[in-house]
Amino acid sequence: MPQIFHPSMNTISRVSIFGAVFFVMAAVGVGAAIVRSPYATEVGVVRVQPVPFSHQHHVGDVGIDCRYCHRSVETEAFAGLPSTDVCMDCHSVLWADSPMLEPVRESYRTGEPLAWNRVHDLPDYAYFNHAIHVRQGVACETCHGRVDEMPLMYREETLHMQWCLECHRNPEVFLRPSEDVFAFDWEPDESTPTGEELAALHGIESKTDCSTCHR
Amino acid sequence: MTDTHVQSDPSTEPRQTVRSVSQQISAIVLTEGPPRGWWAGFLVSFLLVMLLLVSVGWLFAKGVGIWGINQPVGWGFAIVNFVWWIGIGHAGTLISAILLLFRQEWRTSINRFAEAMTLFAVACAGLFPLLHMGRPQFFFWFIPYPSTTGMWPQFRSPLIWDFFAVGTYATVSLMFWYVGLIPDLATLRDRSRTGRGRIIYGFLAMGWRGSARHWKRYQSAYLLLAGLATPLVISVHTIVSYDFAISILPGWHATVFPPYFVAGAIYSGFAMVLTLSIPLRAVYRLQNFVTDRHLDNMAKVMLASGLVVAYGYLMEHFLAWYGGHQLEEFMLLNRMFGPYAWSYWALIGCNILIPQLLWFKSVRARPLPLFFIAIVINIGMWLERYVIVVTSLHRDFLPSSWGMYEPTFWDWSTYLGTIGLFAALLFLFIRLLPMISIFEMRELVHEHEHSGGASAEAGTS
Repeated sequence: MPQIFHPSMNTISRVSIFGAVFFVMAAVGVGAAIVRSPYATEVGVVRVQPVPFSHQHHVGDVGIDCRYCHRSVETEAFAGLPSTDVCMDCHSVLWADSPMLEPVRESYRTGEPLAWNRVHDLPDYAYFNHAIHVRQGVACETCHGRVDEMPLMYREETLHMQWCLECHRNPEVFLRPSEDVFAFDWEPDESTPTGEELAALHGIESKTDCSTCHR
Repeated sequence: MTDTHVQSDPSTEPRQTVRSVSQQISAIVLTEGPPRGWWAGFLVSFLLVMLLLVSVGWLFAKGVGIWGINQPVGWGFAIVNFVWWIGIGHAGTLISAILLLFRQEWRTSINRFAEAMTLFAVACAGLFPLLHMGRPQFFFWFIPYPSTTGMWPQFRSPLIWDFFAVGTYATVSLMFWYVGLIPDLATLRDRSRTGRGRIIYGFLAMGWRGSARHWKRYQSAYLLLAGLATPLVISVHTIVSYDFAISILPGWHATVFPPYFVAGAIYSGFAMVLTLSIPLRAVYRLQNFVTDRHLDNMAKVMLASGLVVAYGYLMEHFLAWYGGHQLEEFMLLNRMFGPYAWSYWALIGCNILIPQLLWFKSVRARPLPLFFIAIVINIGMWLERYVIVVTSLHRDFLPSSWGMYEPTFWDWSTYLGTIGLFAALLFLFIRLLPMISIFEMRELVHEHEHSGGASAEAGTS
């Protein structure tokens, strides 16, 4: 009987059988890397805005408190975006002729709000409430990063569920005293109560029921 | 002991030789065109596969609302069919693994297509939980992989155990089947007269040359796989029964479930093997391989496992009475005399009463009544799952939440579609691969020649 396959088939089949294992592992690895990459998570990716608003300047240099613009952060689920009036509190006087601020003045004249592009957008099936987190001592900085050092706004964290769960499983690691929630570059000192003490004070427990966030 | 048994009641025809075995079985695949019945059967099953595709497509477009499931009956046909198909698969593993380890040589001529039947039944079964999911695109959430949710599947849920049980079962069954095929694929390669056949079968035979070293390794690999498959016969349907038994619903929450599910699986599996082998051996004239002795043995296994199933039914009633649990008692009365009483009594008739005919040797010896009984048992085992799923769910603890379950057209079309898929795969298997293990039959013939020769000498002296 003639030979059906060339002898090189031996090598080819061995390589392809063992190679298949590595190929599958590599495919899984690439998939895992993609979902964690900035391409998918937008971590560190600046979003284009109608006005190049600099948190670094307003928070870091000028020292405006977060709550001056994000007014409902302590009372409502949504932290709130400032209306154009809030911008004009200062910019009717400061840099009143700057061409960069023309969209703001335009918005003020017409009453048409500025259409900011949302940077931190959770999926609709996840319920998140700013007020409860801020009141229990989770700092702005913990989730949003050093906003006072961001010339243009970007995501500091992935917003993946496992990132939420890091804190929800061990909340005491991430707590601050209430008065330090809005501070940046904050470090605890000797007089600062520990996370366990703060958790006990506010009655904070690890909350990992599905219905805590998926309501 | 085995020798006398073989002679009095052969599992092969005495006239067979090593050459005739290879010739007859491989000819079905290699030389003969498929008989007219094959084309007719394949056409019908192919059309049913198309029906399945339409049903699944419509399901994906509209969601599970097209089925009859509702509150309180959230598990309808999908789960009934899943358990039915998984159960059918069990005979293949039992025949190929356990009977191999017990050295029941009569298994040789039926193990190959029983294993194929297992694979195809598991494929059909596996469809249903996926379709029932509602969002089947997320089926991979069953797999414990390092996801960005920071969560594992719920390992306390029997549904996850089920995923692993069925996954393992499918993998081991596939390996077992394929490893068993390798020497026969080499035979087909060597006997094939077309270049294409040589290349395809040669590729699949993985360079099998039949050297002594090949055989030695082959034997240990096959035995190891048989050892792996053996616990699966018990474990898979045990875990399927946990899907029910772990819950607290009367009618599901019963410790008798695992053994009685396993017995039911073997029962339905052997019924399906008979349903397939009786027409097959008639159409392909394989009576010299699948002999009357095989049918007789399978009927006996069926009778025995059927009695265990009957015991399970009896125990459900006994425990409801002995336990004095009001809800359990109500559930059984509702089964017997409630709105689904027809299904319960049909089940008793199909699974307990009619199969008692198998006590008679005259029934076991005739293919036609045997075929009829096998069909009846297939129906009965499907009804059993229907009764368990629907009658337990539709009237649970609170009368205010009672309801009725009515399967829709799409329930039926999906079910019939999987029957078509199963049949289509079997038809292709029969056409493309040897449905009886050639090399094991050769071995059997060889052994018989030797033992036959010895007794002939003893007779003359």
